[in-house]
Amino acid sequence: MIEIKDVRKSFSTLEVLKGINLTVNKGEVVTIIGGSGSGKSTLLTCINGLEPINAGQITIDGTVVHAKDTDLNKLRRKVGIVFQQWNAFPHLTVLENVMLAPRKVLGLSKEKAEEIAVKQLTHVGLREKLTVYPSRMSGGQQQRMAIARALAMSPEYMLFDEVTSALDPMLVGEVLDTLKMLAEEGMTMICVTHEMAFARDVSDRVAFFHQGVMAEIGTPDQLFGAPQHPDTQAFLASVR
Amino acid sequence: MFDTTLSWNDLAFLAQGAAMTLAVTAVSVTAGTVLGIIFGVLRVQLGAVWAAPLTFVLDVFRSVPLLIQLVLGNAIQAIAKLGWAPFTTSCVVLSLYTAAYCSEIIRGGIEAVPATTRRAARSLGMTWWQDMRYIVAPLATRVSLPAWIGLTLGVMKDSALVLWLGLIELLRASQILVTRLQEPLFILLICGVIYFVISFPIARFGGYLEKRWSPND
Repeated sequence: MIEIKDVRKSFSTLEVLKGINLTVNKGEVVTIIGGSGSGKSTLLTCINGLEPINAGQITIDGTVVHAKDTDLNKLRRKVGIVFQQWNAFPHLTVLENVMLAPRKVLGLSKEKAEEIAVKQLTHVGLREKLTVYPSRMSGGQQQRMAIARALAMSPEYMLFDEVTSALDPMLVGEVLDTLKMLAEEGMTMICVTHEMAFARDVSDRVAFFHQGVMAEIGTPDQLFGAPQHPDTQAFLASVR
Repeated sequence: MFDTTLSWNDLAFLAQGAAMTLAVTAVSVTAGTVLGIIFGVLRVQLGAVWAAPLTFVLDVFRSVPLLIQLVLGNAIQAIAKLGWAPFTTSCVVLSLYTAAYCSEIIRGGIEAVPATTRRAARSLGMTWWQDMRYIVAPLATRVSLPAWIGLTLGVMKDSALVLWLGLIELLRASQILVTRLQEPLFILLICGVIYFVISFPIARFGGYLEKRWSPND
């Protein structure tokens, strides 16, 4: 369970998160929608401790993320994150990209790491690309590789930060299909996205962020069908 | 009577000079690169403000002509009664000179690795050291290599200046022969060819590595 309690976060004088409260249960898929600069991506990087927070508390299965004695490297093994920019390691083949962390972080043998990597790459439809370098692949393929790379650590939670925003429109579908597949398999996920149809399809709950505040949260039917907050209504009207 | 024809002994003398050039270069580039990596990483880790004193010292080594550094270095070791041989003094000064340039190359290489790539590595649970070792080092090496090869070739040629401390390296050996044989153009041509023969494999090796590391083209 991920518990976010009254989290505040500022970049110098700009407060981007103004007291966020959100609890995500095991097996739940929560998507976060909202305009640019609403703080949704920042929240994800705070959840796995890549960014410090100014106030409040985030706990993952009882571990306080920003406590001084928390081993973040250990915590991050169970919280995978995939970013808007797919961030392939360009000097490694697809297989090596996915094997690296299981080998070096989990300390698995080469054989075991390779087995896991092949399994995850097959899972995201890249079985044919094992020996290829990332630069030879499309953005969609690189993003699926990044997903496989995160999954190879056997995370219990996955955070997706606008993973389709940097892709050509024709490549968005293949990545979203991968996310849907994960959701159906019961992965606990928090997805920041601009893909409304996707949010509506896969989410258990959808949260709308506006200017650093979670203005509204509810089931997809509630949020898309009958939004309560005027800002949500305005946002949904603008993206339709 | 002086013998004014080039003999095998003279060529052997030149070869000895070349060996000295190679020795000074090898020691200085090795030590300078190790120091340069340490300084380069420190400068990135500390940030511009905290690294300012280090950056300033390195800037001094980059700005003062090498000849002056050698002469001053030799004077300082004499005053401090260190009793260093000219070879030692030459290597120490050239190493620091190399380190100053190398740290700049390394810093540029590290900073060329996108922050988002490093963030992805850390988000997989890698430690700072694992990120440096498996992501930053290989990528920064690729970026830094051409400049580092250039530095190595430059240092090899600049190492001729150690003749001022009395070391008989390639250029000094050539001068000695010129004095005796009175054939400056011919001797210097041979000297130049030897410099080229030493440099060419280094340059080609760099080219080879560059090619091998870009399997994506």
